[in-house]
Amino acid sequence: MSFKTRVASLASYEKGSIEVNDDLKHYAFSNIFEVCSHSKPYERVMVASNLEYAAEAVRAEGTSLWYTAPHDEFAIVMDGEIEFTFFQLTDGEKPSQKAGASRLKDAPRGKRMGRVIARRGHEVLLPTGAAYQMQASKPGVALIQTSAGPESVEKWSRICVLK
Amino acid sequence: MNAVRIEKVLVTASEPDPVLGYRKFKFGSFTFERDAYFVHVGWPRGKHTIEVDRFLRAMVRDIGWGFFYGWIFFDDVFGTQNHYGTVDIFAGTYSKGHRDTKVDFLETFNTDDVRTAFETISVNWINEGYDPLRAPMETGSPLGAKTKEAKGPLIRGFKPASRMMGLPGDVEPRSDASGHPINRAFADLTFDKPVVEPEPGFEGQIHAFNLFDHIARADVTWNPSFTSITRACICCVTSEEHMLPVIHGNDRNEWFIQLTDEIHWNIQDKNTGNPRGRIVMKAGDVCAMPADIRHQGFAPKRSMLMVFENGTPGLDEKYAKGELEPFPITASRW
Repeated sequence: MSFKTRVASLASYEKGSIEVNDDLKHYAFSNIFEVCSHSKPYERVMVASNLEYAAEAVRAEGTSLWYTAPHDEFAIVMDGEIEFTFFQLTDGEKPSQKAGASRLKDAPRGKRMGRVIARRGHEVLLPTGAAYQMQASKPGVALIQTSAGPESVEKWSRICVLK
Repeated sequence: MNAVRIEKVLVTASEPDPVLGYRKFKFGSFTFERDAYFVHVGWPRGKHTIEVDRFLRAMVRDIGWGFFYGWIFFDDVFGTQNHYGTVDIFAGTYSKGHRDTKVDFLETFNTDDVRTAFETISVNWINEGYDPLRAPMETGSPLGAKTKEAKGPLIRGFKPASRMMGLPGDVEPRSDASGHPINRAFADLTFDKPVVEPEPGFEGQIHAFNLFDHIARADVTWNPSFTSITRACICCVTSEEHMLPVIHGNDRNEWFIQLTDEIHWNIQDKNTGNPRGRIVMKAGDVCAMPADIRHQGFAPKRSMLMVFENGTPGLDEKYAKGELEPFPITASRW
């Protein structure tokens, strides 16, 4: 018996369906590839929200700003190839928000910590105490496990199935 | 009704059945008996029969999950509810017919006592060659008389990472070396490693691994492993094939993110079990499972699923008291 695994991408995705005798808003059903096909580069669109915690779908295209958070975040690459570059934060660059990602005003001034090049299925640590930048030569998608923060974008009515 | 608090209870076993060889068990007011095809659960005013494969698949997962979040329905009648320190075992409590005829029953036990009882029953009833954690096409049959008790760990696959899988000192991802080859259902995928280049002095601080490779090597189904945790936000991943052998009733909101293939979910009202609908999730789909439903998944082909959980202690009580809405995106956010 042979198998064909179905993965999806920006170029090819098929959304499922929801038929419930309930308020569809309670289920917030969306598709991350559809979300990212309409997103601006590196717009961090919440697709899951669990009180203070969030999963953000990010369209990786070109070079991002520098981000940091007061806690670990994790990125799962779902499409394409994304390079993550890390710098150690200096005292003056540490995030002032309690949770979620914020952007640095300028390029980080601390030591370069290294880089990761990740493709579909790879999970990347975005460690607390670091600034990170994403770069993708072709459009890709990352799903970020994080908390809601200053960079989080909510547009549930536009991304979710409502009828 | 009949919620009875019992502080310390030990499971007791009968002599082996002279024909089939299995023992019968008594735990609190419940009795458990199996024959060649079925498990018969008894309680003071009732009895219920469950097909043995379904019962054992549910029971070993209930043990392995530590009774999980909220309600684990083995079927529409029998199951457990986790109170994080104590566990209810119920029969008919969430079934209108049982309640109306007053044959429903619920008893509360210390968690450790339930774990011991369920492990004792499972060990006696699982024969060599049958592994209830594997997909049905990957294991033998649980039917028939007792042969040899299965060897090896009864439960596995739920090793939680403390920060992120693969970091120094944390849980290692599955690999050939750990005895986990790529499952047949994902043999068509290619798995490579991320490029990880830490600067000198930052080794172990820059990290990545192939999450899909880890999932593709699972030798268990419907049995998640924690891969990354930030504060109380938990990412669980799991490979799903055939059907979720329990119906899960949430005590909090959770989210499903379909990584590959598809899963069909039946949705029911949590308290009544009445059908609410159906959700088909395909690769890239994201869907909340509200705190007022039960859900059961069906995966026609082995797939990869990510479950996004909030493990904050005490959330179950806040949802139960109505302090939190039973759905994640409140009205003002739309």
